[in-house]
This record gives sequence, C-alpha cells and structure tokens, in this order.
Amino acid sequence: MPLVKIRDLHFYRGDRAIFDGVNIDIHQGKITAIMGPSGTGKTTLLRLIGGQLRPHRGTIEVDGQNVHKLSHTELYELRKRMGMLFQSGALLTDLTVFDNVAFPLREHTDLPESMIRDLVLIKLQTVGLRCARDLMPSELSGGMARRVALARAVTLDPMMIMYDEPFTGQDPISMGTLVNLIHRMNEAMELTSIVVSHDVAETAEIADYIYLLSEGKVIEEGSPVKLKRSSSQWVQQFMQGLPDGPVPFHYPGTGFSDDLLSPEVSA
Amino acid sequence: MMETIRSLGIWGLNTFERLGRGHLFLLHLLTGIPALFFRFSLVIQQLYSVGVLSVFLILISGLFVGMVLGLQGYNTLVDFGAEESLGVLVALSLVRELGPVVSALLFAGRAGSALTAEIGLMKSTEQLSGMEMMAIDPIRRVIAPRFLAGLISMPLLAAIFSAVGVFGGFLVGHGLLGVDDGAFWSQMQVKTDWFDDVFNGVIKSMVFGFVVTWIALFEGYDAIPTSEGVGRATTRTVVHSAFAILGLDFVLTALMFGDE
Amino acid sequence: MMQDKNTEITVGMFVAAGIAALFVLAMKVSNLTEFTDEKGYQVIAEFENIGGLKVRSPVTMAGVRVGRVADISLDPDSYNAKVTLNLYSKVDNIPTDTSASILTAGLLGEQYIGLEAGAEEEFLQDGGVIDLTQPALVLEQVIGQFLFSKAEGEDK
Ligand SMILES: Nc1ncnc2c1ncn2[C@@H]1O[C@H](COP(=O)(O)OP(=O)(O)OP(=O)(O)O)[C@@H](O)[C@H]1O
Ligand SMILES: [Mg+2]
Repeated sequence: MPLVKIRDLHFYRGDRAIFDGVNIDIHQGKITAIMGPSGTGKTTLLRLIGGQLRPHRGTIEVDGQNVHKLSHTELYELRKRMGMLFQSGALLTDLTVFDNVAFPLREHTDLPESMIRDLVLIKLQTVGLRCARDLMPSELSGGMARRVALARAVTLDPMMIMYDEPFTGQDPISMGTLVNLIHRMNEAMELTSIVVSHDVAETAEIADYIYLLSEGKVIEEGSPVKLKRSSSQWVQQFMQGLPDGPVPFHYPGTGFSDDLLSPEVSA
Repeated sequence: MMETIRSLGIWGLNTFERLGRGHLFLLHLLTGIPALFFRFSLVIQQLYSVGVLSVFLILISGLFVGMVLGLQGYNTLVDFGAEESLGVLVALSLVRELGPVVSALLFAGRAGSALTAEIGLMKSTEQLSGMEMMAIDPIRRVIAPRFLAGLISMPLLAAIFSAVGVFGGFLVGHGLLGVDDGAFWSQMQVKTDWFDDVFNGVIKSMVFGFVVTWIALFEGYDAIPTSEGVGRATTRTVVHSAFAILGLDFVLTALMFGDE
Repeated sequence: MMQDKNTEITVGMFVAAGIAALFVLAMKVSNLTEFTDEKGYQVIAEFENIGGLKVRSPVTMAGVRVGRVADISLDPDSYNAKVTLNLYSKVDNIPTDTSASILTAGLLGEQYIGLEAGAEEEFLQDGGVIDLTQPALVLEQVIGQFLFSKAEGEDK
C-alpha cells in the first residue's frame, strides 16, 4: 500500500493540460524522484499532493486519505506530517534563521524554549548553518536559504518530505552533503521522500524509483538502473543531458519559422 | 457593439467574483480572531507597525487641519459677529467629519498600502504557501492579527487627530486671532454632545478602520504575485479605500445625523 | 527580546495616548461632564410657543448656566408646549415667582431659556411649576406685527 497514491490525475492551467491522466505511487520509506523538463509541472504536482491546488479530475491519496476531500482542519493535521522544501526556500523574511527553523515548533508545540533551542541547533548543525543562526534571510545566499528551509522542513519530524529542487544552487561540497543528508534521513527516520530535481546523476544515486514526466504524462518509470538501460530515445536524451533529441526544450506552441514568417504584428 | 457588451459582462462577473472572494476571506479571517486573545503579542507587534508608526503623521496632519479650520472658520464667523462660536465650529467639524474621514484616508495611505505591499510580497516570495505547508493557516496567523490591529488603531488615531485638531484650532483662534478662550471652550462644550457627536464619530472611525484594513489585507492576499501585481494592488488599496471611506461616510452621516 | 519590550512600551504609550484623546474629546470638548451632576431637580414651564427650542438646550439665569431642557411635550388641554427643565441641584434657591422666557443667542443663534428671579421667599422644588412665561419670538410674527402697526399708523 503506497503512502501517496495518484490516480488518473488531470490538471489544467487555462486550456493547457499540465497533467493529462497521470498515475504515480510513492512507497513508504523510499526515495522517489520526479524528473522532467522545466515547466512540465513538477512543482505543480507537489502542490497538488500538499492540497494547495485542486485536481480537475482524478484522486490523490496520502496515507489512505483523499487529500481533496478533507476538511480544513483534517488537511492541516495531515500537513503537519508532510514537510515541504520550496524551490525558493520560502523563508519568513522578518525572522532570523534560528526563528525560522523554530517557527513550526513554536506554532505547533508547547515545548519549553530551552528544548526548542536544542532541537533547532541540531537541525541547523546537520545542514551546516548552526553559526549562521542570527542572520536574516536577506543575508543568505540562495543555496544557504535552501538549506535553512530544509532544516525547517524536518523540524516537526514528518513522515514524508517533498523536496523541490534541493540541489540547485549548491556547490559540489554542500551538494554532496545534501545528497547524503537526504539519503541518511530517509534511512534513519524511515522517512518517505519525494525529490524533484534536474540533477540526474545525484538523484539517480539516491533514488529508489524515478518517474519521468513530460507533456502531462508519465513517460517512463522505474529504478535508476532500469531507466539508464531504457531503450527509449527520450529517456536516454534526458538522463544524459544531450542537447539534441525528442525532448522539447521549447514551451509548446507554433513553430519558430511559422512565427517569424507570420505577417501578424501583434498589437 | 457585441464586444463592448461582452467585455462589460466579463468585467461585471470578475467584480462579483472578487467581491465574493473578499467576503469569504473576511469570514475566514474572523475565525482567527478569538485565538488572538490568547496570543496577544502577535497583535502588539502589528499595533506597532500599523498604529504607532502612523501616529506622527496623524499628529502633524491633525494639528494643521485644526489650525486651518480655526483660520477659515474665524474669517467666516466674524462677518456674523459670531466668532465666539469658533470652538463649536472647529470641534464639530473635527469630531463628526474630519477626524474620522481624514485620519482614515491618511491611514489608508500610510498603513493600508504598507499592509498590502507586505502581504503581497509575502505571497510572491511563497511565504504564505510555505506556512500553509507547515500546517499554519496564514490567514489566521498573519492576516488576522493585522486586521485586529487595524481595527483597534483606527479609532485611537482618529481620536488623537480630533483632539490635536481642536488644540490647533484653539492655538490659532485664541493665540493668533484673539477669540476669548472661555467662550471658545464653553460654547464648544454646550454644543458638542458626547453621544451624538463624539461617540458617533468613534463609530465612524471603527467602521472605516474595519473597511480599510479589510481592503488592504485582501488586496495583498489576492495580488498577482509579481512586483507589478503587488504595485497595482497597493494602488488599488489606496483608491478603493478612499472610495469606501467617502461613500460610507455619506451613508453613516445620513443615518446618524440625518434626522436632526 | 529587548526589541519586544520596546515595542510593547511604545504600543502601550500609543494606546494610552489614544484613550487620553478620547477622554479629552468626551470631557473637555463635549458635554459628558454634565452627566455626572445629572441628579438635579425638575420643574415644569408652559409656553405658548417654544420656537426652535430643543431638548438639551441650555437654561440660564443672568447668563449663567443653571440647567438644561430635559423634555418637551404638547399639553393636550391647553395646546401649550410643556417644557421640563432639569436644574442643577446646587442652584436650589430659585424663587417660585421666577419667570422664564425663550431667548435667542445672537440674531441667528440657538434658542435657550432665560430665567429671571422673582421676589418670593419660597423656592422652587422638584416638580414645581413656573407660571410666568414668555413665548419665543417668531421672526415672521414680529415682522408681521411691525408691518401691520406701520400700516395702521399711516392710515391715521
Ligand atoms: N499560477 C500559474 N498560472 C498559470 N500557469 C502557471 C502558474 N504556475 C505555473 N503555471 C504553468 O504551469 C506549468 C508548470 O509549472 P511548474 O512550476 O509546476 O513547473 P516545474 O516543472 O516545477 O518547472 P521547473 O523545473 O522550472 O521548476 C508551467 O508551464 C507554467 O507555465
Ligand atoms: Mg518547479
């Protein structure tokens, strides 16, 4: 029984189908990677799982509960058990690094301040930013902000974490540390992880299962080994990052030459 | 022709949809108010940025408005030999109208626009989404305290405005133009009723505080999360607040003072 | 936490200033103070015509405020206006033959009741009646009378 079960998911932005009948299973205690070209809707998928967006058709179940049938209170109870690392970090700009990480604890628990301090320092230590605790988010680099956000996402010890591009903007060393960290947390805490990433090599290293999304569909799924051996040209191009091939780089629309030759001068 | 009618229809539908969302937003926000009484420190922080930071503007404006009223009122009253009534004129104009209305307009420009920009930026930097995913309802945690702070600050600011204004009128009337100070105060006291005038003025400013803060917070929350979107939302806050204040002022005045 | 404390203090000062301003408006600018000595005594006066007199119009004696109009009603028998005056309890020595007239403050000002003390040894009590009254001057009537007498004068 998968922890997250997505069936026949349809979701539109205007007339454009972002998801057009997608089925995904995320298994308990495993790291599942979601990959695909930029703009395919990976972030959108995470928001759908978190209940921030509503599918137009299909169901999403997390831990046996249909996310979009829950009441406000039930949804918030469920979210306490889901951590999410935003692509942008989404730190609260009026709080220090320390207070940002302490924020969920202060909101959801009645722990004494001394205990909160210990917990926060432990989490900051794991992401290597214990000594940056008094900085404001505006004083952090993009990569640092993402690491603070990661520390914050795990403060409540959730059953599942969704990482939206955790590796972007990290230097090779912190990248290696983060990959390791995600891997270790998964093993030590029995965490279920969903990793959205473009870093094929790093992700393939830790993922147990990979979904490749494109144009509203699951193009390919399977273990990293299986994907690397896939005979599909599309998969090969994406996994190896080749510039030429069937993977679209352009946002869908009319052809380039048609656009250049069209007499219409848009007003 | 058909196109014009169609775009009118679209405009109408959008407006109604926004109004509907605004009211749902308000209901949602109000459910967050009771919990604030157990975490009043959240409101205190907002009272600081919404209320305290507006005090200086209100003080200066109130003083000058009162002084101008003193000058203008004197010039008119002296023609009728009624300059003793200057106190009445200054006090009634301030307490009934200018106090609540002008301070609400200033409040919309100072605190309202700041609220919209702040919430809009929090939205565009995904701070609000982030809170939602941490299972913290941003409307209750972020918006509700600001709303309560606006609600509390507005009548206090309006009262400060009126009080300082009366003082400004007195400075000009007595100090500059030589109106007898006894007559100034006693006439004022005779003619200004604490319930009809002062209390109704306070009610007005409460209504304005409610509406302006609501508009400001909703515009921020509903802003398109880009710098342009937030900029436009800020402008809309000021414009819509001004309309709302002046329109409601007419309605309230008709209700309160209409049957005299 | 230092910053929190300063915030709290300034917010406290702000709220105090706001409440003080409300207090000034109620006490100094408006008439709330009068409600503290509300428990005066009431006397009744009947007028043929009260003009623009209103509830809460002032009642004065030699120009000094001694009370307010508490109630105005129409006497069903005499068709006169029955005005209840609320007089301050400290002014307790108004003779029973005092007369009341409705006067106007300035040419176009508000109307108020002026009391003129009589010579009687006895003083008005709660529920007492002022018999000597003079109605309000109604401008149209005054002008009418003036024109009428003028016309009569020319006829002679
Ligand atoms: N608020 C929105 N309104 C309309 N369209 C949107 C909105 N947000 C996203 N989209 C569209 O949905 C599509 C998917 O967006 P999403 O952010 O999920 O992409 P992504 O896969 O996370 O891309 P990236 O890897 O670059 O982060 C995009 O093509 C975008 O044009
Ligand atoms: Mg994305």
